[in-house]
Amino acid sequence: MVASLFDPSEENKAIWVLLESAGVELTDVSFELLAKGRELADEVDWPLAGVLIGDRLEHLNSQVLSHQADEVLLLEHPLLEAFTVDAYTQALYAAIMERIPSVILFGATPNSRDIAGRLAVRLRTGLNADCIDLRMDKDRGVLISDVTGFGGGVVALLEMPDHRPQLATVRPGVFHSLEASAPRSDKVRRAKVELDQSVIRTRIIEQVKGEGVSIGQAPVLVCGGRGISGNFEMLTELAELLGGDVGATRPPVDEGYIERERQVGQTGVICHPEIAINCGISGAFHFVVGIQDAEIIISINSDPNAPIFEFSDYCVVGDVEQILPALIQSLKEERVVTHA
Amino acid sequence: MPDLHMAVCMKVVPKPEEIRVDPETRTLLREGARSEINPPDMNALEMALSIKDEAGGRISLISMGPPFVEEYLRVGLAMGADDAYLLTDRAFAGADTLATTYTLAQCLHKIGDVEVVLLGEESSDGATGQVPPGLAEWMDYPLITLLRSLEIDKEQNVLRGRRNVDGGYEILEVPLPAVISVATAANEPRFMDFERKGWAFEDTQVTMWDAQDLSAESQFIGIPGSPTIVTGLEQAASQERKNIFLDGGASEIADQLVKILRSN
Ligand SMILES: Cc1cc2nc3c(=O)[nH]c(=O)nc-3n(C[C@H](O)[C@H](O)[C@H](O)COP(=O)(O)OP(=O)(O)OC[C@H]3O[C@@H](n4cnc5c(N)ncnc54)[C@H](O)[C@@H]3O)c2cc1C
Ligand SMILES: Cc1cc2nc3c(=O)[nH]c(=O)nc-3n(C[C@H](O)[C@H](O)[C@H](O)COP(=O)(O)OP(=O)(O)OC[C@H]3O[C@@H](n4cnc5c(N)ncnc54)[C@H](O)[C@@H]3O)c2cc1C
Repeated sequence: MVASLFDPSEENKAIWVLLESAGVELTDVSFELLAKGRELADEVDWPLAGVLIGDRLEHLNSQVLSHQADEVLLLEHPLLEAFTVDAYTQALYAAIMERIPSVILFGATPNSRDIAGRLAVRLRTGLNADCIDLRMDKDRGVLISDVTGFGGGVVALLEMPDHRPQLATVRPGVFHSLEASAPRSDKVRRAKVELDQSVIRTRIIEQVKGEGVSIGQAPVLVCGGRGISGNFEMLTELAELLGGDVGATRPPVDEGYIERERQVGQTGVICHPEIAINCGISGAFHFVVGIQDAEIIISINSDPNAPIFEFSDYCVVGDVEQILPALIQSLKEERVVTHA
Repeated sequence: MPDLHMAVCMKVVPKPEEIRVDPETRTLLREGARSEINPPDMNALEMALSIKDEAGGRISLISMGPPFVEEYLRVGLAMGADDAYLLTDRAFAGADTLATTYTLAQCLHKIGDVEVVLLGEESSDGATGQVPPGLAEWMDYPLITLLRSLEIDKEQNVLRGRRNVDGGYEILEVPLPAVISVATAANEPRFMDFERKGWAFEDTQVTMWDAQDLSAESQFIGIPGSPTIVTGLEQAASQERKNIFLDGGASEIADQLVKILRSN
């Protein structure tokens, strides 16, 4: 059997979460990882470390600690200022070999997925992808991951009892973050980082940062599919009237009608709206996984046999071009009445 | 300068909607499920083909899977690829991404001169997206994932690609040889070339390699090579829904919807 570079008998009983930041704030998924990490740490009574990689990151320490990590582990170096998979993997690998933690969780973001994928091979260990739930088996100190496959139709339980560290990625939006509260400690540790320019093979030619769009926590989500023929203005108007936001299936994203950050589903965002309204969407598993937590699902589709209706509370067989304008009209009239 | 040699890794997957879990045995019911080439891998192949159209070069297809995958590789040959390798052996079965990437890496070592390895962004079944970074690591090659476009500069021996992240984009450059993954729908895959079909489906050979051909160490392949153990399998629990169909004309439906929206 393939052996990991260190085995369970050598591990330090600790849980790490790899955090990412955008400017002066940790990203949403980082807070979600801290919350889940806290829960797992409490299940086994192990410490939780929030790991920050970059250059000059101290300003983030207080956010990590107020979100209930037992300590911050800082990996700082001038060559870590910009993300490169080579340098980040190398820095994290060295810290892992020095401290041999049992469990490390990553956000399933493009960059963290790449780091985790390289690390798993370098450490000869397993990596559970896109977990929708995680727990610790207390007696064995083993992480158990629920992962989905086949576009979300199947859930598999995975574990790696004989390999360390136990690595897992978590999709943004799957876990709920905690409010900041009084820190449990003020412990900040620095890992030794030795890096040489020669490890970095990627050259960044151009980088344009976009506006952060985040639909994961919108209370009402109005989603458009191929059936709305790109008419997202109508959906935006409806979403605004309902105090919500707009999402989309993959085809309109691919066709350039709307930003990729608004794609809902398996390869998009997993959302937790109270109400989801699906317009012109057929109901592929790949999409449905992104809204299936909603308390109420309403769907409008011209095909009475569209699979989306199986996943819906309220089903409207009809043309979105007729139903949505009528709905917008009714909501506006209602506003006039209530404001009168 | 020798021709640029590109490899495209392709996985054949069951159509996701056609897979069920047997509630008794907790195993996958693949029976009757039709298979297809993982859609993003078609985008990877198209990206390689368009490089070949412009600058020439050679494309090898690589897949690890059961013998029936051969027919699907022939589709790729008919689209314009030059060679195909099917890594097939019972001993490869049960591979997680560690074992899968080792096996693909052994194939690249054996082929020898591949400079650009293209993969899809993720598969539609396992969907881990871990094979591209894992393969890059076994090979000790640089990696760029989620590319939407690709440029190869043979003079300077680099490739440059654009990826969209965080609502913006970046253009990255790495030296060859390199591993890249291609974003789903980055391009429109072409159809099979009618003139190549006869050659692809009848005349040419798909090279079949087993563990021994790859000099694969048994500890790194299949189940022994996989740290991940599957301890349970179930159909995803879907919440019970009311499935109430609303009747009436557009404005009546709108009024019902307003009531529903306001009572929640
Ligand atoms: C690896 C992989 C990952 C994927 N990840 C995702 C993902 O994250 N998110 C995602 O959404 N998809 C994803 N997909 C794609 C997914 O499988 C489906 O193809 C996609 O969700 C279909 O989108 P759709 O429902 O908008 O389009 P379609 O399936 O084309 O459905 C359009 C619907 O609109 C209806 N319609 C047409 N005109 C009207 C009208 N005037 N009024 C009302 N209804 C109308 C039609 O009846 C039809 O049901 C992925 C696919 C793969 C292979
Ligand atoms: C429901 C389910 C969940 C799973 N979860 C995990 C998990 O959490 N961790 C884990 O290690 N394994 C997991 N696996 C196993 C994993 O699917 C296999 O290891 C598989 O061989 C490769 O991973 P992938 O399908 O995720 O590929 P991805 O990394 O998603 O695929 C990316 C690209 O790699 C290439 N590629 C992938 N497989 C092959 C192949 N056989 N031949 C040629 N090219 C290929 C293709 O270009 C593909 O587009 C899971 C499998 C299932 C069915």
